[in-house]
Amino acid sequence: MNKILFFAHLRDEAGHESVEIEAVGKTVAQLKEMVAEKYGVQKLDTSMTAINEEFSSNDEVIKEGDTIAFIPPVSGG
Amino acid sequence: MMNYEIAKDPINVQSVIDKVVQREAGAITTFIGTVRELTKGKKTLYLIYEAYEPMAVKKLEQIGTEIQERWNGAEVAITHRVGKLDITDIAVVIAVSTPHRNDAYEANRYAIERIKEIVPIWKKEHWEDGQEWIGNQLETVPYPTGKPEEKDLNE
Repeated sequence: MNKILFFAHLRDEAGHESVEIEAVGKTVAQLKEMVAEKYGVQKLDTSMTAINEEFSSNDEVIKEGDTIAFIPPVSGG
Repeated sequence: MMNYEIAKDPINVQSVIDKVVQREAGAITTFIGTVRELTKGKKTLYLIYEAYEPMAVKKLEQIGTEIQERWNGAEVAITHRVGKLDITDIAVVIAVSTPHRNDAYEANRYAIERIKEIVPIWKKEHWEDGQEWIGNQLETVPYPTGKPEEKDLNE
């Protein structure tokens, strides 16, 4: 199983801070499609993704126990 | 002593500065980011800052490491606040010490620009007539590959 984290407007859209889903073996791009469909989240294509707190590319493959966070464009500072 | 922090309470500026005091330093620069009332004529009532805290701390540490690789002898401390902030409140404090002043200015500027690129912190603007999460406002920097390009990370 995998933990998926949503932040900022993505969390508002998903209606969840985090969800547990089975994403092992999928690429980040495939997971984005799945999550967009299941949770009605737009704009995932302009979000960055972090696996286990490190930025990852869209073609990275998700492993058992990975935590995946969708990172909308940041606005700190 | 933790040089990179996400804080829920008001930031003590002096405590951030104290972390970079070193005998080798000839300069300490301090950047204090504050909450502005007017943005493009629109009046902000208050902001909510949110962070993906463990990753945000890691990315602040990464910025510190990048600075130490570029500016010899630099010491860096950064604290970013989260939660509800009112106008004039301090959102971020960056302190950099270096042997010579020019490096301290340049490295400090580098830190704030990098925060705006790679640290997972978001602000939600609250106005009289609504509220909105602010991204890169005009989405001028989408990341088609899903992460910052190498040049964004390493420039």
